[in-house]
Amino acid sequence: MAIEVRIPTILRSYTDGNKRVEAKGDSLADVIDNLEADHPGLKDRLVENGSLRRFVNIYVNDEDVRFLGGLEATLEDGDEVTVLPAVAGG
Amino acid sequence: MLTISSDVLDAVVAHARRDHPDEACGIVAGPVGSDEAVRHVPMTNAERSPTFYSFEPTEQLAVWREMDDRDERPVVIYHSHTATEPYPSRTDIGLATDPDAHYLLVSTRDPDADEVRSYRIVDGDVREEEVRVV
Repeated sequence: MAIEVRIPTILRSYTDGNKRVEAKGDSLADVIDNLEADHPGLKDRLVENGSLRRFVNIYVNDEDVRFLGGLEATLEDGDEVTVLPAVAGG
Repeated sequence: MLTISSDVLDAVVAHARRDHPDEACGIVAGPVGSDEAVRHVPMTNAERSPTFYSFEPTEQLAVWREMDDRDERPVVIYHSHTATEPYPSRTDIGLATDPDAHYLLVSTRDPDADEVRSYRIVDGDVREEEVRVV
């Protein structure tokens, strides 16, 4: 499964400045593990204690993965994963 | 130092005034690799609150994709405080994730005086910077 992953500017230090990287996997968890193999350190910015970090939003195509099963979300060839930092404050 | 045009800054302040008494939020995008605050994008405050803000996620996805396609980044991330000074709250500091962004705060507490200040926030460390309007 070839999955294209869009990386936000704040995480491009892990991807040699690339805004898009390719990864493989049948689930979001697999894709993140696959990304980590090529871009060490990235997983820790996305996942904490086995769950998605609270202030990171990940989309599969246009769908928030929290509504698709989170890390268990299944992916298909050609899906696009987008990582966004949540922006919030008070 | 944040360098920003008076047109863009006026648009940011106008957005803050418009959404008062709720907090307003948004970005000013600019080319990746530059520090130029060029394209103002007002965002919807999903909280619609006088004390909190968060970017509406679906809108943010569209805006971030557009920036990505245009090779832009959020050079400025702004929001307003509607009853207090334009200084980052504890929540602002805790949730700031972009060490390269200028965090611009606008206070609308005084209807007759615009208060605008800018900060770098890195790992919980807040450093105020000069705002140069050109």
